[in-house]
Amino acid sequence: MLSIIPPELIRIVVGMVAVMAFVAINVLVLVYAERKGAGHIQRRPGPYEVGPHGILQPLADAGKLMGKQLLTPIGADPILYWLAPILSFLPVLLLFVPMPFGPVLTVQEVNLGLLLILAFAGINVLATLLAGWSSNNKFGLLGAARAVSQSVAYEIPLLLCVLCIAFQYGSLNLSTIVEAQGSWPWQWNFVCQPLAFLIFLVSSFAETNRAPFDLPEAESELTAGFHTEYSGMGFGLFFMAEYANMVVVSGVCAALFLGGWKGPGIDGVWWFLIKVYALLGLIIWVRWTYPRVRFDQLLNLNWKWLLPLATLNLLATVFLMKVF
Amino acid sequence: MRYEEMGLTEGDFYSRNFQKGAREDTLILNLGPQHPATHGVLRVIVELDGEYVIRAEPVIGYLHRMHEKMAEGRSLYQYLPNMGRVDYGHALGWNWALVGAVERLAGFEVPERAEYIRVITTELNRITSHLLWWGAFTLDLGAITPIMYAFDDRERLLDILQMATGSRLTHSSFRVGGVCTDINDKFVAACKEAIPHMRARLPMYRDLVTGNTILRNRLEGVGVFDADLCRRYGGSGPVARGSGIDYDVRKTENLSIYSRFDWKVAVQQAGDSMARYLVRMDEMEQSLNIIEQALASLPEGKVMMAKAPKVTWAVPKGESYFAFEAARGKAGVHLVSNGGKFPYKIKLRSPCFSNLSLFAEAARGTLLADALAILGSLDLVIPEIDR
Repeated sequence: MLSIIPPELIRIVVGMVAVMAFVAINVLVLVYAERKGAGHIQRRPGPYEVGPHGILQPLADAGKLMGKQLLTPIGADPILYWLAPILSFLPVLLLFVPMPFGPVLTVQEVNLGLLLILAFAGINVLATLLAGWSSNNKFGLLGAARAVSQSVAYEIPLLLCVLCIAFQYGSLNLSTIVEAQGSWPWQWNFVCQPLAFLIFLVSSFAETNRAPFDLPEAESELTAGFHTEYSGMGFGLFFMAEYANMVVVSGVCAALFLGGWKGPGIDGVWWFLIKVYALLGLIIWVRWTYPRVRFDQLLNLNWKWLLPLATLNLLATVFLMKVF
Repeated sequence: MRYEEMGLTEGDFYSRNFQKGAREDTLILNLGPQHPATHGVLRVIVELDGEYVIRAEPVIGYLHRMHEKMAEGRSLYQYLPNMGRVDYGHALGWNWALVGAVERLAGFEVPERAEYIRVITTELNRITSHLLWWGAFTLDLGAITPIMYAFDDRERLLDILQMATGSRLTHSSFRVGGVCTDINDKFVAACKEAIPHMRARLPMYRDLVTGNTILRNRLEGVGVFDADLCRRYGGSGPVARGSGIDYDVRKTENLSIYSRFDWKVAVQQAGDSMARYLVRMDEMEQSLNIIEQALASLPEGKVMMAKAPKVTWAVPKGESYFAFEAARGKAGVHLVSNGGKFPYKIKLRSPCFSNLSLFAEAARGTLLADALAILGSLDLVIPEIDR
């Protein structure tokens, strides 16, 4: 019976279920880590009441969000309005398909893995735009406009940095790129591509709408930006998508620049998770430390600095690849 | 989108009035009265072209509590606690403005020790007020953490203030002719402990926040008020001093015993939001200097003048005006009495009201984020504007 079903299909189904579980657990862990980390950075204990050291706080948060009434504002386009949060969260699951967690622990090795990730990550922008546009709210509209110009702008240097690595290894397959890197930190890509690594990091902050580039939801200017009108799980899905996107960005960064599942000692999934969580820790740390940049400064940084630098870096990489 | 086109509501008087002058291709955005950046219930209507503010109009009155009218129906002693509610940030500054006006009218001399206590507590209160502003302002700029540090220090200072005034926020410990309670050794010791602590914290604030590139880029050159603009609108306090106007009522009018201490008025020439920021950071240090010197030379004696007025005391007939340099600027009380038990009329000169008037002109042509940074740099306390 089992032999009728192609093993590839089983692998994908099992993988997708595992990815969903992974994303859900990670969001819970990250919410806790963020709130606890923020607490300690701000000289307070953070969540403390629900469970020992507040460890069940994310579950309580999730329960609260699910219990809330879903309101559609007057004048909103109900279809687009409710499509947006779903569209924001669903593609994130697909982004984990080519993610190389470990030597065998990849849902599906895709030759165009990087392309798949970049393509589906782009849908998130559409979801943000839809959310801001359809909620018939001026703050939402401004937030959406910001989100689109920010995401579109920062996707370019991000892409150029990814291309550097892809050129270097002649592959868009994340597993191949990880495989080609060594076990020791100096054999990882951030050593030979430091500029690309930095630009990738900065761009990924902007791509995930995290502080100091959290302009689409700048609460002191736009109350909550594009998700101002969303209540309950409508907001919850955006929230989950943001955290899942953080995991994706950190995962891609770890695979491309930090050697993925390779590390000193025994290679394996733990190295990947350690690197991902180190990067996530950095993202959280930055958010609770820096003020927000202004919108023109954000775009200036991109168009005047990151983009030319990333282009030069790409040209230099190509040149060196050709020569040697 | 206009309200009419949406067919939802006509909007209220202010938004309808504001829409009259609007261009066709602009967006009218209503910030407040409930908005995270307006600190309380200030409402600002802005006309946006993209993200650029073409016009901005503050709408006030959402927290009008008729403090001035209340004065006509109660004796001065009953009215004194109102001062803490006018400006919850710097309650003692307003306390002083009121008792100062009464003392000037009645010609009372305040005992030396009471003057010292007033100076020490008022300056402590000024630091707590500036810390509150500092935290809230950085919050406006998107830095979420500094407010926690500010409140950490503020709580320490409030603990000390509580020993002297009995309350933590709406202090009203000043009395006509002195202060209500004497300070004790515990208070003095706590102050002497807090001063070095704050002196150590201020450089940390400077390193962590003031020196931050993102913050500097957000503030430098944003919302430049020239001295002339400040004078035209009656801007005072750190707003005026940030524009190079060397005006501090404590110094220029030689108030109380301030001339006995070695301190200088913090002035910045640039006139931008950063200048106002730096003025307030400097003022905290100057206040620490004043407190330190006042504690060192604290005289013994009574804290209330002999034959201090009783609760039923009738204010002498006449008029007086007394202004004090509160944390937000010149807090003035104009007292008119017809010799009755209640004052005939009290007019409060609110520095925030004048400072807010600068906003509409300064915000024109800036980005929305800048406009809110300017609003934050004015350090507005809404109950004081509405009174």
